[in-house]
Amino acid sequence: MGRVLAIFTGGAGPAARVVPPTGFTARLTLLTAAAMAFLAVFALALSLATGRLAERWSEALARSATIRISAPAEQLEAQTRAVLEVLATTPGIESYRALDADEMKALLQPWFGPDLPVDALPLPQLVEITETSAGIDAEGLRLRLSAEAPGALLDDHARWRRPLVAAAGRLRLLGLLSLVLIGGAMAGMITLAAQAALAANAQVIRTLRLVGARDAFIARAFVRRFTLRGLGGALIGTALGMAAVAAQPAADEAGGFLTGLGFAGAGWLWPLVIPPLAAAVAFGATQFAAFRVLREVR
Amino acid sequence: MIELQNVAMSYGGGDLLSEMSLKLVPGSFHFLTGPSGAGKTTFLKLCYAELLPSTGVLALFGQDARAMTRDQIAEMRQKIGVVHQDCQFLDHLSVAENVALPLSVTGRAVDHGELAELLSWVGLRAQSSALPPQLSGGERQRAALARAVMMSPEVILADEPTGNLDWEMSLRLLNLLVELNRMGKTVVIATHDLNLIRAAKSQVSARVLRIANRRLQLAGADL
Repeated sequence: MGRVLAIFTGGAGPAARVVPPTGFTARLTLLTAAAMAFLAVFALALSLATGRLAERWSEALARSATIRISAPAEQLEAQTRAVLEVLATTPGIESYRALDADEMKALLQPWFGPDLPVDALPLPQLVEITETSAGIDAEGLRLRLSAEAPGALLDDHARWRRPLVAAAGRLRLLGLLSLVLIGGAMAGMITLAAQAALAANAQVIRTLRLVGARDAFIARAFVRRFTLRGLGGALIGTALGMAAVAAQPAADEAGGFLTGLGFAGAGWLWPLVIPPLAAAVAFGATQFAAFRVLREVR
Repeated sequence: MIELQNVAMSYGGGDLLSEMSLKLVPGSFHFLTGPSGAGKTTFLKLCYAELLPSTGVLALFGQDARAMTRDQIAEMRQKIGVVHQDCQFLDHLSVAENVALPLSVTGRAVDHGELAELLSWVGLRAQSSALPPQLSGGERQRAALARAVMMSPEVILADEPTGNLDWEMSLRLLNLLVELNRMGKTVVIATHDLNLIRAAKSQVSARVLRIANRRLQLAGADL
C-alpha cells in the first residue's frame, strides 16, 4: 500500500518522464477504468439496495401475520367477530384489525383497476395482525381459530417470506460477485493496455537498460502512469455512476422494486472506495505486466 | 575488467563465435575488425552482458556474467558506456535530457554546468534543447558518445561509431575517443574502416583484434 501511495506523493520524478506522454493505451486505460467504475457503482447500489430490501422484508414480514376468513356471506360477520375475540385474548399480539372495504379495494386495485365493485364480489375478510417482539404461538392460534371460526386461516407469511429474503440475499451476492468480476475485468484490460504500452515502448526500455536503469526504475515509470490513469478514469466513472443513481426516480413515484436501487444515507460514501480500489488494481496489473515484459529484455 | 576465457556463442544450433579469450585491461585501446557479419556486434554485446556466452567464462568487473542478477547487470552497465551505430534515444526528451539519462535513471543529480561542458565538448551545445529526430547522423553519434561518457564509465564500447559519418566527422569522433582513452578509459571500437585505424596510429597505442572464422585473432602488430 505504501508503494501505491508513493505514486501519488512522490511527484513526477525522472521515472515519470522517461515514458512518452501519449498513446492509445492512455485513452484505453482511462476509458476502461471509467466504464468499469460506472458499472461498479451500479453493482454496489444493487448490492446495498438488495441488502436493505432483504432486511426490510425480513423484519416487516417476520412481525406481521394475516388471518383470512372465507365463509358464506351470512356467516362472515359472525366469524370475523369470533376471530377478533380470539385475538383479543392471544398473547404476543401487539395490535390487530379487520381491513375495511376501501382497504380491500386498494389491495386489489393494482390487478383489477380503480373501478372494482368490491361489494359485488365474494371476497374473504382479512384481519391484519402485528406481533410483539416475542411473537405468537402460530400453531396454538391455528387450533383456537379452527374451533371458534372454521373459515379462518392464519398466514404467518413464512411460506413466501423465506424465498423472498433468500432471493434478496442472492441478489446481494450477485451484486458483490459483479463487483469482483468488474475488478477482474478491469485488471485484465489494464494488464493488456500496459503490455501494449510496454511493447510499443520496447525501444525505450532497451535504451533505459543500456544506460544502466534497474527494472524497478523502468517499472515505476509505467506503473505510475497507469495507476494515475486508472485513478483518473475511475474518478470520472464513479462520479457519473453516482449521478446516474441519484437521477433514478424516487421510490414513492413509481412504487416498484427497481426504484429502490440506490444509496441511502451513509451508503453514499461506499462508491468513494471505488477510485482508490481501481488505482490499486491498476497498480497491481501494471506491476505484473511490467516485470513480465522486462524479463524479456536483458 | 572484462575477461573472456574460451568463450563460445551459439545461436540456432550454429556457432557465431568460438574459443574467444581476451582480457581488456584498464586504459587500453582496441580496434575490433572483421567483415560484416563476422560477429563484432555479438562480441560487444557479450562485453556488456546483453548476450551471455553459450560456453566459457565471461567475467565483467570480476563477476561471472552468468551469475549476475538483473540489478547487478544494471549496475555494471553504469561502468560501461556503449555507442551503437544506430544510436537509440528517447525521442520525446531533449538532447540534453538524453545525454543526462544515465544519471537520471540512477537517481543522481545532474550538474547542468558539467552537462553543458560535455555538450560543448562533442559540439552539441547549440542542439541541447533539440529533440533526437531533429539531429543529423553525425550529431546523433556524438550525442550517443556524450551519453556514453556521462557517467564517467571505465569502459567505452563503440560499435561502428563512424558508420554513418563522413570522413571529417569520423576523425572528430575518433579524436574524442582518443581523448577519453588519455583520461584513462578503456576503449573498444568495432569497425571495418581500415582508414580509421590508420588515422588512429599517430595518436594512440592501440591493439587491433580481428574476428575471422568465428575466432578472435590479433591482427598484425600493435599500432
